Amino acid sequence: MSLLVYVENTDGKFKKSAFEVVSYAKAIAALTNNTVTALSIGHVAAEELTKLQKYGAEKIISADSNQLSNFINRAYAHIIADVAKQQGAQVIILSNSFSGKGLAPRVATKLDAALADGAISLPEIQGDNWTLTKSAFSAKAFAKLSLQAPIKVISLNPNAFEVQENEVSAQLETYESQIPAADLGVLIKEVVRATDKVSLPEAEIVVSAGRGLKGPENWGMIEELADVLGAATACSKPVSDADWRPHSEHVGQTGIVVSPNLYIAIGISGAIQHLAGVSSSKTIVVINKDPEAPFFKVADYGIVGDAFEIVPQLITALKAYKGQ
Amino acid sequence: MKILVCISNVPDTTSKITFSADNRSFNQTGIQYIINPYDEIALARALDLAEGGKGTVTVISVGEASIDPTIRKALAAGADDAVRIDAAPKDARFVAKQIAHYAKDQGYDLILTGRESIDYNGAQVAAILGELLALPSISIAKKIDLTDNTLTVEREIEGGKEVLSLPTPAVIGTAEGVAIAKIPNMRGIMSARTKPLTVLAAEEISSLSEIIAYETPAPRGKVTLVDPGNVSQLVDLLHTQAKVI
Repeated sequence: MSLLVYVENTDGKFKKSAFEVVSYAKAIAALTNNTVTALSIGHVAAEELTKLQKYGAEKIISADSNQLSNFINRAYAHIIADVAKQQGAQVIILSNSFSGKGLAPRVATKLDAALADGAISLPEIQGDNWTLTKSAFSAKAFAKLSLQAPIKVISLNPNAFEVQENEVSAQLETYESQIPAADLGVLIKEVVRATDKVSLPEAEIVVSAGRGLKGPENWGMIEELADVLGAATACSKPVSDADWRPHSEHVGQTGIVVSPNLYIAIGISGAIQHLAGVSSSKTIVVINKDPEAPFFKVADYGIVGDAFEIVPQLITALKAYKGQ
Repeated sequence: MKILVCISNVPDTTSKITFSADNRSFNQTGIQYIINPYDEIALARALDLAEGGKGTVTVISVGEASIDPTIRKALAAGADDAVRIDAAPKDARFVAKQIAHYAKDQGYDLILTGRESIDYNGAQVAAILGELLALPSISIAKKIDLTDNTLTVEREIEGGKEVLSLPTPAVIGTAEGVAIAKIPNMRGIMSARTKPLTVLAAEEISSLSEIIAYETPAPRGKVTLVDPGNVSQLVDLLHTQAKVI
């Protein structure tokens, strides 16, 4: 038996999540004495495909045709389920990315599989019964989810499992099959992607700012700080509601839940809904002029002070550190 | 045009989440329930699309009679009628299968759900419904437009967006940006009392997964405050102590 992993690419380059899910699958394969088969969909060159060997993929299957150059969840789900059947895979692993969320439930439904959505742990395995941890109540709690079907689909949260090298040599195969026409009935008209920006859900460092910044014209220093750190920018709900920043930057219970290594909150008081979205960050830094701001209660490091004075100093200090 | 909006009854966003002593169930004491915020967005968009006699909006929810006040709120916001499938919702698959069973012969042109519920955060129902009803689905939509029978949908992707075009019928999960939730006015609240709410028996569906325990996050240690006059110390701490830069 093998574990099947679906790996995502952007314009032919694997995403960080691709290496995360292969590393994660390899760790499960070691627990269950299995092998890892990776499935890539869309055009990815052989040189890029073989990178997956480094993380433990023993077989790499590429499904590449013009019809598949853009993500269509229905067509991709068809291929993943089809390959799972061909390979006799009983465990299918993918990233809980924006695309993964549209894919995993369809794959699980096709295979009548139990689905762990947004797993953040390795499974505890007792025969056919696998228990995984996922976040619940928008990261205000964790749930232990027990999967009780012979076929299992696991979607792994971004940044929940560290990439681990585990070099093997892989065989490369291609998948060729007709995709049912109905599965291709969505037309992609336009893809807009800011190539110079770090993607928020996958970011290892996030610089986030709130109403304390007083207006959208003051975001220059936030972007500069993010730039120095190689970080993604984010914001609180009042800021996106006021259209100072796009909704895609809103972190919190009704926005994006992030789990970076470092979350820097600037001028955000720390309402319970915002804290829910950041509570699984490894290290939290809070900069706020109000010493009573609730955010300080969940922070690891804090500076009580005016953002307009502290942030430029922090940028200078970081540039000095990076320059060393 | 017939639109179906799937809504979920969830704890208010300000709720403090606690569990029973054995950590097996969610503590409901003192919790206020609301329409899941993402579902409110779905409902608002559906009402806009159907405005001016262009269509009808039905809301559907899976739950016991205790969720009727939440369903009435959706009717007060402007939905024409409501369906409740009478069962405690076990998980997303259970809910989606109940809704698919109801919707399969009803001829809906558009089925909307919130991108995820804020309690179990599955983000599953839209995609499972799409699969069960053999329809296209988009799970995280930021914008939905409809011209004749063609939907134009913006989907969230890492670091950007995709613009998609697809025919109805389709299932779409809505995120922020699609619409702003509608606040019911007095007339809506009065009329909601007499709008039809049909209660249907649930299908038997066996579960494939189960939540066996809950945990609350471990509290963080006390905050280390850095002197605002010595910002470079923060950089040192992040490098040497936290090891994150």
